[in-house]
Amino acid sequence: MGRLFKKAAPAVLMSLVVLAGLYLSLQVYLSGQSLAAFCLVGLLGLAVYVYTSTKAYNYRYLFPGLIAVLLFVILPIAINFSIGFTNYSSKHLLSFERSTQYFLDQTYTVEGGSLAFTLHPDGAAYRIRLEAEDGKVFVTPALALQNKAVEVEALLPTPADAPLAEAADTRTLIQNLKALKLVTVKLPDGLSVSAAGLREFAPVRKQYLKQPDGSLLDQESGDVLRPDMEQGFYKNQAGEEMQPGFTTVIGFDHYVRIFSDRALSEPLVQIFIWTVLFAGLTVVFAFSVGVVLAVLMSWEALAGRAIYRVLLFIPYAVPGFISILVFKGLFNENSGEINLVLGQLFGLTPNWFTDPFLAKTMLLIVNTWLGFPYMMLLCMGLIKAIPSDLYEASAIAGAGPLTNFFKITLPLIAKPMTPLLISAFAFNFNNFVIVALLTGGRPDFLGTKIPAGTTDVLVSYTYRIAFEDSGQDFGLASALSTVIFLMVVLLSLVNMRISKTTANEQG
Amino acid sequence: MAVVLDKSHRWRVAAAHVGLICFIALTLAPFLMLLSISLRPGNFATGELIPTVISLDHWKLALGISYQGADGQLIEPDFPVLGWLWNSVKVAGLSALIALLLSTTCAYAFARMKFAFKPQLMTSLLLLQMFPSVLVLVGIYAIFDRIGTYVPGLGINSHGGLILAYTGGIALHIWTIKGYFETIPTEIEEAAKVDGASPFQAFRYVLLPMSLPILMVVFILAFINGINEYPIASILVQSQDQLTLAVGSKQFLYPQHYRWGDFAAAAILSGLPITVVFLMAQRWMISGLTAGGVKG
Repeated sequence: MGRLFKKAAPAVLMSLVVLAGLYLSLQVYLSGQSLAAFCLVGLLGLAVYVYTSTKAYNYRYLFPGLIAVLLFVILPIAINFSIGFTNYSSKHLLSFERSTQYFLDQTYTVEGGSLAFTLHPDGAAYRIRLEAEDGKVFVTPALALQNKAVEVEALLPTPADAPLAEAADTRTLIQNLKALKLVTVKLPDGLSVSAAGLREFAPVRKQYLKQPDGSLLDQESGDVLRPDMEQGFYKNQAGEEMQPGFTTVIGFDHYVRIFSDRALSEPLVQIFIWTVLFAGLTVVFAFSVGVVLAVLMSWEALAGRAIYRVLLFIPYAVPGFISILVFKGLFNENSGEINLVLGQLFGLTPNWFTDPFLAKTMLLIVNTWLGFPYMMLLCMGLIKAIPSDLYEASAIAGAGPLTNFFKITLPLIAKPMTPLLISAFAFNFNNFVIVALLTGGRPDFLGTKIPAGTTDVLVSYTYRIAFEDSGQDFGLASALSTVIFLMVVLLSLVNMRISKTTANEQG
Repeated sequence: MAVVLDKSHRWRVAAAHVGLICFIALTLAPFLMLLSISLRPGNFATGELIPTVISLDHWKLALGISYQGADGQLIEPDFPVLGWLWNSVKVAGLSALIALLLSTTCAYAFARMKFAFKPQLMTSLLLLQMFPSVLVLVGIYAIFDRIGTYVPGLGINSHGGLILAYTGGIALHIWTIKGYFETIPTEIEEAAKVDGASPFQAFRYVLLPMSLPILMVVFILAFINGINEYPIASILVQSQDQLTLAVGSKQFLYPQHYRWGDFAAAAILSGLPITVVFLMAQRWMISGLTAGGVKG
């Protein structure tokens, strides 16, 4: 029994996974995403092949990991890249079809001709009784009244019809009003009516009618809306843009804007310079502090090095987001402890968060504090590898510790450190967390179209364009991230080249 | 080191001690201040650095206990700090487990098996890893928004979605584990295969038990990454009780509603366990990192 189970289990599991996958694909397909559904089925087929064919045996180990990378690393990059060519933003969230559908779903209430209505329970459902001003009565079949848009026909009651139950009270009416408003009742004369209040149904008409040429005729005012495929809006005859807009492909417009629109490119250049400066200075400071500490920690004459090492390591061990927020509080201009101490000692209360230069200084201080233990660890490892006879020889020659440091230690660790320093530079080039949590990029530049901060680095600026500012310009943010991408690729390639040459030289 | 000791040497040792102690005092001062702030009454820093009046109000709030305020009003904890910590641990733990599973099998294939495009695949995986996730947030948001319409448990504002999003970052883990696998001689597995073990059995019963240390290292690294991750969590999770600690703790320090004392207590409460785990794990981590980095 157990053996049988063991043999059958994979097959059963496989069929379950395939069934679940097919069901999901069907759901995706039914919702109109046929391309995504086909990709899903393809992936499913590939999975079945990999896990059943003996030829693909080696790929069984790779498959899950590669799928995860494909879905959550490569796909987002691809989507990001393609969004960069569209005007996707909070004003252009919907697809063209959904935007059109939005207009076609709009209705307006026609003046006059309203009908009084009462609601009559029929089991768990309800029937609606409408009475026109001329005394004509219409009754709908039983309705479940869920929160769904429905259309029903109301008929003149026939003698064979079952009598209606007593009309529901106002409380029941109020409870069901939301669902009632979604009901459209079609009268025998072709007029559509829907709930206009607690007591009456009024005739409604579709606001827009689709014309053969794709434009929308406004039935109330006679205006005509035409889609502007380049700007992603329906426009009326006066040329006004109608919300909601739709997403449309705009080609390289964002890229052209990034490099030529002065309102955008001027703060961008400033931010780029600061990003390079921030990453470079952080690496220089953290490395300087780290290497000095590493030398001290490698000095055998110093007692208690193990304790010092753990204490020095603490800034790296505390979760970064906590330390950064702690500093945010400590640096607070009015109530922070740092200004309290500075005020009592020197009578100074610097404006850490409103003065651009001081805000930048603060970022560098905090980032150096966060980064030096890592540099110290790396340097300690490298110093350990330096043969001690070099120092003995220099001691015989009468060299002091400073000479040792600059003539032996530093030159010998410089080469293996280079790729690590470049990675540290690349990391800080994209160090979003510290900027987002400490300053949020503020203080902002004055008079820019899109808010840009003096302490923003490129990635935090991109994040603000996409997720913080009122515009939520996903398209522009995506284009900008593509540009930053290319810079990071360049940096990575340089780094790979350098690591390769150092690795070769070391044998 | 056989260096001649003289008088200036002793001075230098003393100076180094003094310098180090001063430096450490300076770097660790923020944490000592944090402790005093968490015990000081009120949410505004005014007056003394060493509190004369000890108040446990901030700690009560951090632990989720309500207390009677000075004006007699009952003050309820409005941030579920312990809930956030649990969310963080849950998301980081599960995603680290999945990442470990995926990267171990991949690393096995890369270290022991032959297949087409192996070196190219490895390099491109590493290159892809270098792109910071902040840059593709729009894409990630779009994907999980879509997934959520079909499988609500994996969409926006769900921990399932967050866990899935983190499992993509496995390239570095694959690299590390692969480096370790390559230090283990293949003869042992060959012997197992001669005895009739399938490749999977050789992997599961021979190689994995020998690789336990590196698997621990990778799990801890992935766990800490998950705890510290901010950008993806900040867009994927929105409702108050679903937040992770990294996203939630920011809320204490809004300029309009500045709650310095409450934050201090919450920060110590939630940061301490993570710090302790990190400090305990650091020895393995350094060895694990160099093992993965040096081997290629």
